[in-house]
Amino acid sequence: MKENLLIVKDVTKKYKDYTALLNANISVPKGSIYGLLGPNGAGKTTLMRIINQITAPDSGSVFFEGLKLEKHHISEIGYLPEERGLYKKMKVGEQALYLAQLKGMNYTEALEKLRFWFTKLDILDWWNKKVEELSKGMAQKIQFVVTVIHEPKLLIFDEPFSGFDPINAAIIREEILELSKQGTTIIFSTHRMESVEEICDHIALINKSKTILEGPIQSIKKKFTNKNYEVITNGSKLTDNEFYKVTNKKEDAFQIQLLEGIKAKDALAFINKNHEIFSYKKEIPSMEDIFIKAVNNA
Amino acid sequence: MHKIWLIIKREYLVRVRKKSFVVMTILGPLLMAALLIVPIYLAKESQEERKIAINQQQKYHLNNTEYLQFTIIPDYEAKKLTSNFNESPYYALLYIKGDDFTLYSDQQITLSVSKTIKREIEKIIEIDNLKKAGIDPQIIEDASSNINITTKLVSEDGNTTNSHSEASMGIGFISGILIYMFIFMYGTMVMRGVIEEKTSRIVEVIISSVKPFQLMMGKIIGVALVGLSQFVLWIFLTVLISTVVEVAFLDTSSIPNEISANNQSAIIAQIANVTGGINLIQIFLSFLFYFIAGYLMYSSLFAAIGSAVDAEADTQQFILPITIPLILSFLLIQPIMDNPDGALAFWMSIIPFTSPVIMMVRLPFGVANWQLLLSMVVLVSTFVATTWIAGRIYRTGILMYGKKASYKELWKWLRY
Repeated sequence: MKENLLIVKDVTKKYKDYTALLNANISVPKGSIYGLLGPNGAGKTTLMRIINQITAPDSGSVFFEGLKLEKHHISEIGYLPEERGLYKKMKVGEQALYLAQLKGMNYTEALEKLRFWFTKLDILDWWNKKVEELSKGMAQKIQFVVTVIHEPKLLIFDEPFSGFDPINAAIIREEILELSKQGTTIIFSTHRMESVEEICDHIALINKSKTILEGPIQSIKKKFTNKNYEVITNGSKLTDNEFYKVTNKKEDAFQIQLLEGIKAKDALAFINKNHEIFSYKKEIPSMEDIFIKAVNNA
Repeated sequence: MHKIWLIIKREYLVRVRKKSFVVMTILGPLLMAALLIVPIYLAKESQEERKIAINQQQKYHLNNTEYLQFTIIPDYEAKKLTSNFNESPYYALLYIKGDDFTLYSDQQITLSVSKTIKREIEKIIEIDNLKKAGIDPQIIEDASSNINITTKLVSEDGNTTNSHSEASMGIGFISGILIYMFIFMYGTMVMRGVIEEKTSRIVEVIISSVKPFQLMMGKIIGVALVGLSQFVLWIFLTVLISTVVEVAFLDTSSIPNEISANNQSAIIAQIANVTGGINLIQIFLSFLFYFIAGYLMYSSLFAAIGSAVDAEADTQQFILPITIPLILSFLLIQPIMDNPDGALAFWMSIIPFTSPVIMMVRLPFGVANWQLLLSMVVLVSTFVATTWIAGRIYRTGILMYGKKASYKELWKWLRY
């Protein structure tokens, strides 16, 4: 079993009039891409701020590499908040150097790494421009660079793709995947489900300040599979019987739901006997379905 | 600690490199130098010797003054003169007809010239009137007097020193105003800096690397250094510019030697004499103390305000309570100078929100050591308290967007 880089245990954070987090638990395995899902206002940002030690939890604890999270861990974590920006009047290069040094890098090291990343993302000629001259997407690229510049073990992105056009979003996604391949653990929050399915291998679902689902994406999907199958025939019609009932029909594709106690192979054998089958497929729920179902059940 | 230096450095450099800083730094001394030089220049200008023509008549025979030479010319020449001044040696023509006095010239007649002529004529009429009433003008002159009062300060051991209300007022007034200006200008600069970080959404990026308190203190100290730099540059440039201008444009040799020599030694003697009773070193050190401590106290509050709002337009309701004591102390400078040892003066110089300005106003008049010490201790403890309060409001406020902050809200943030 993989070792966990970060463990959040029973973390509670209450403000005067509402509870942001109530006994939240997550375990982020080393090297994973961990998706933090949940509706707006569920407590995702609060959780990320606690991991970044921006706010302190009322109770519960956070462990980084098995040790209690402390101030010096800041240089091991990179954080791209949802509310992100740059000093508008400052030059790009100067500003990137400043932010890199605040993360604990020394000047020459920061300069060298920045040149590497700026060249990689093809933005080196922005070095002496002021931030206010850049477009929002350009500024986001710089924010991405200053988040990853100090090569932290853990990267936290809050809605990383918002504000990017599709092309730049793809570039950033590639970079995130590459960092993951190099061994960096990544947490990111989003409410865009398709990006979760594309890149995450673990998820936690937070709703109304509680973690209601957590684990590897495959096992979660398995947990949410149901007895729905899609059958495509040569045109002959399926009708309800003792094995299944037809829930939906679109041209030659039939959605069937197996009745209680019926095994998939028995239903298949029955259909095969009476119809010509082109395709017989188990329906795997999308993250979006799981998301909605879990939120409604909770 | 290394990180707070980075923040101070950034806050300092960003502001010092701004065009507005450079412009203000150069413009300030130019204006100050102009204030110093223009009066000297004007005074010198009016000291030019001028010839004034007077038409022939019976009554008024004006005597030459230091700078004006009067020449009586016949009527027909006077008429000719009005049409071609520039070829004549005269600056102006005084035309007298009965009791009407008119000055003609081809240029604007300076105020000092017309005033001098008016005075001379009035003098003649006065003497004339006295004579008509049968009074010898000499009696009037002998009867008038002119005395000076010397004020002496008696200390407990019976020693006396010269006390100088005018100099005390000058020093107190200037240092009070400077502290007031400094707190206001740079306090709001801190506030704007905080708002900028909030609206540009960079603040959360930064506080994932440093503590909010470090960011706040870094900004406050950085801006303080900007203010001090500007201050030092102003003093330095003002001295430099006024010296250069004086040497270049106001050739001192053109002023009669004995006057300038007299003036200089007189001024030096006066300064030495005037400041003799005032402890200049104490005032200078206290000035530095109140300058810095007052700024630190107020700017932490300004930082808290900046963190609580989304835009500068929303700051009004919070700024007012902070600026009231500051403006009040500014308005009270005059009354306090009239009675620097009164109850009002005492309490205002102990209460920390007014003490930076008021204590500096009182100090040149002499303040008991225990009062000065008490005022300083109170100010420092208030500074520690306001910074603590501001820090707590700040760390919550900077992460709050789109929430209209109220006093109730701030109170809640304090206790998070």
